[in-house]
Amino acid sequence: MWPATGEVRRPAPAARVRALLARSVATPINALLTLGAAALAAVVLLPLARWALLDATWHGSAAECREAVSGACWAFVAHKLPFILFGLYPPTERWRPVLATALLLALIVATAVPRSWRPSLLLAWAAGLAAALWVMRGGPGLVRVPTRLWGGLPVTLMLTALGLAAGFPLGVILALGRRSRRAIPRFLATTVVEVVRGVPLIAVLYVAALVVPLAMPRGIEVDKLMLALAGVALFASAYLAEAVRAGLQMVPRGQREAALALGLQWWQAMRLVVLPQALRVVIPSFVSIAVGFFQDTSLVVIVGLFDLLNTARLAAQDPLWLGFHNEAYAFTAVIYFAGSAAVSRYGLWLERHLGYNPRVRALLPPGVRAPAERPR
Amino acid sequence: MRPGVGQQLRSVVLQGFGLGVAAAALWWLARNTSASLAERGVTLGFDFLRQPAGFDIGDAAVRYAPEDSFARAILVGLVNTARVSVLGWILATALGFALGLMRLSDNPALRGVARACVELLRNTPLLLLLLFLAATVHALPSPRNALEPVPGIFVSDRGLVLPRVSLAAVHVCLGAAALAAFLARRRAGRWRWALVGGLALAFTLSLVVAPPRWDRPRLEGFNFAGGLTLSPELAALLAALVLHHGAHIAEVVRGAVLAVPRGQRDAAHALGLSRTQVMRFVVVPQALRAMVPLLATSYVSLTKNSSLAVAIGFPDVVSVLNTTANQTGHAVEAMLLMIGVYLALSLAVAVALNAYNARVLKPGW
Repeated sequence: MWPATGEVRRPAPAARVRALLARSVATPINALLTLGAAALAAVVLLPLARWALLDATWHGSAAECREAVSGACWAFVAHKLPFILFGLYPPTERWRPVLATALLLALIVATAVPRSWRPSLLLAWAAGLAAALWVMRGGPGLVRVPTRLWGGLPVTLMLTALGLAAGFPLGVILALGRRSRRAIPRFLATTVVEVVRGVPLIAVLYVAALVVPLAMPRGIEVDKLMLALAGVALFASAYLAEAVRAGLQMVPRGQREAALALGLQWWQAMRLVVLPQALRVVIPSFVSIAVGFFQDTSLVVIVGLFDLLNTARLAAQDPLWLGFHNEAYAFTAVIYFAGSAAVSRYGLWLERHLGYNPRVRALLPPGVRAPAERPR
Repeated sequence: MRPGVGQQLRSVVLQGFGLGVAAAALWWLARNTSASLAERGVTLGFDFLRQPAGFDIGDAAVRYAPEDSFARAILVGLVNTARVSVLGWILATALGFALGLMRLSDNPALRGVARACVELLRNTPLLLLLLFLAATVHALPSPRNALEPVPGIFVSDRGLVLPRVSLAAVHVCLGAAALAAFLARRRAGRWRWALVGGLALAFTLSLVVAPPRWDRPRLEGFNFAGGLTLSPELAALLAALVLHHGAHIAEVVRGAVLAVPRGQRDAAHALGLSRTQVMRFVVVPQALRAMVPLLATSYVSLTKNSSLAVAIGFPDVVSVLNTTANQTGHAVEAMLLMIGVYLALSLAVAVALNAYNARVLKPGW
């Protein structure tokens, strides 16, 4: 569907509200439905607001929370906040996970700006991830902190960012392999992608946690977090590969043929001509895959890692603060919701920004506006 | 451009080299694995499946005792996965269609409520919802003080108890036959309606002659007797899966209806079809066609996500296989079985979808 080129004038806010109200009560059935929906919202929202705000306990101990039976105990979340956000990381070194989290968030925000999409961004990611790992892990200049003490938000962000960053090149290779004319790369890539996409992430994590240590030579211990990370990266690569393959299918054959006719090698043709166009087309699907992975990293609970969801769950199992799981999960849900909703919105904005029909827009030389693009 | 002989040779050599590297890597991993297994005194093979499992399964839909074999325990897990999946597919579809159609409604309030639900469910992890629901179910009152939201349905920390309808085989057969005749493809003409009518009449008559027995749950001692009980874990898992995937299906439904070009609707109106007729004959058939592949993907991912059961201790196939791996040390075989089960499902759905697509894309359909 192609929108008109001219700008659609939106009516004034007051008029829009009036139109909305008019539509809400247009017919008796409509009015009844409006009433029902409003009643439903009230039945859910009013007690929720009472629990979360009016009757809530903001300071104090577990005993004070238990006295005020009807409200939320935010004192619990405040008390447990360091554990929920950073797990068992040594308290004296807590600036390190804070810094790592800030670093990862900065990388993600920088990537969100389309103007930054240039080769140097890849370097920035490599440097940023290495720096975040160094800050968390220690090594030269910093006390070493073993990964079993890592926890909370940095682990969730790291699994998401590192998993996607490591899965991306592998995904591109798998996509190219699947589209190859040669039988063997096609067979290998198709097998990997279909097997990984056919099983749940939990199965991949189990294989990483139970089978991979067996398959390593004697005397080599692999870190549990790194194994989970490898599992997440492999899982991500299969889904990214399918997105990239869709993008590759949208690049006209002529592009590749022209590049080869100009004397470029196959790799050069892919790297300089085909992939840039293919990847641009599927950026919006990358965004939705990223949102999915941000949420799916919570499954590492199953193999015993302390991501954000697991630290919240464990905080609610503290014998001193037993019974406040609603608060723990509500707090975690807010963090996940904020992250996912923000990135999803960004994805919608990006789709608009890249032009209504990304197929057309992405194939234009930079700086040329797609005919259907709405003037901003 | 035909590749020359030299190029072809190079390609063959390169491919052979790639295959060799992959095979060598696999061989190396397999050798390491058998070495580390030998160190633990485990030999590869599926013989262990015949040994007694020795662990209890709380929520078995088929007869099972700890003396039974591992194979039987895995079967119990499979049945549980199937049970959750089928119930989940049906309920998530119902919820998804309801929410999706609400999001398409003319009424702004209704649309807003549906949108809030969908956004909330789509932007939080399924596991979070599941853990929250599991914790909530365990914090519910005991059966003595069970909640009764609808008469006959009890919610307590022992799970969800529903009244059970016991239908005789005759009822089930007649009802299924009537439904099948009704859903059968068109072109049957007047005779089909006679058949449907006859079967429906026979079904109603059978219900009147031999009314089905209602088995209402009642409190006996500390627990419920009678009725149909869903354990707390099953209830929590099912609710989480239905809510999460219902929200996804709602988006699928909305997208499919919106994807039907506006011109189709306008043209149908112009031809004099009523609003309902436009929906029934023009919009819904086209939307359904766009929806089916996405719905199938949603169903597969619901089944895959039912493996989260392991987080709350519901014995699905993944959970049973994990216990098996931990108890016997046969991790490799257990993981192969796990992968095999899910791959078989994905493959079956892929084959079914291809058949459907071949049928739908046939000209004149």
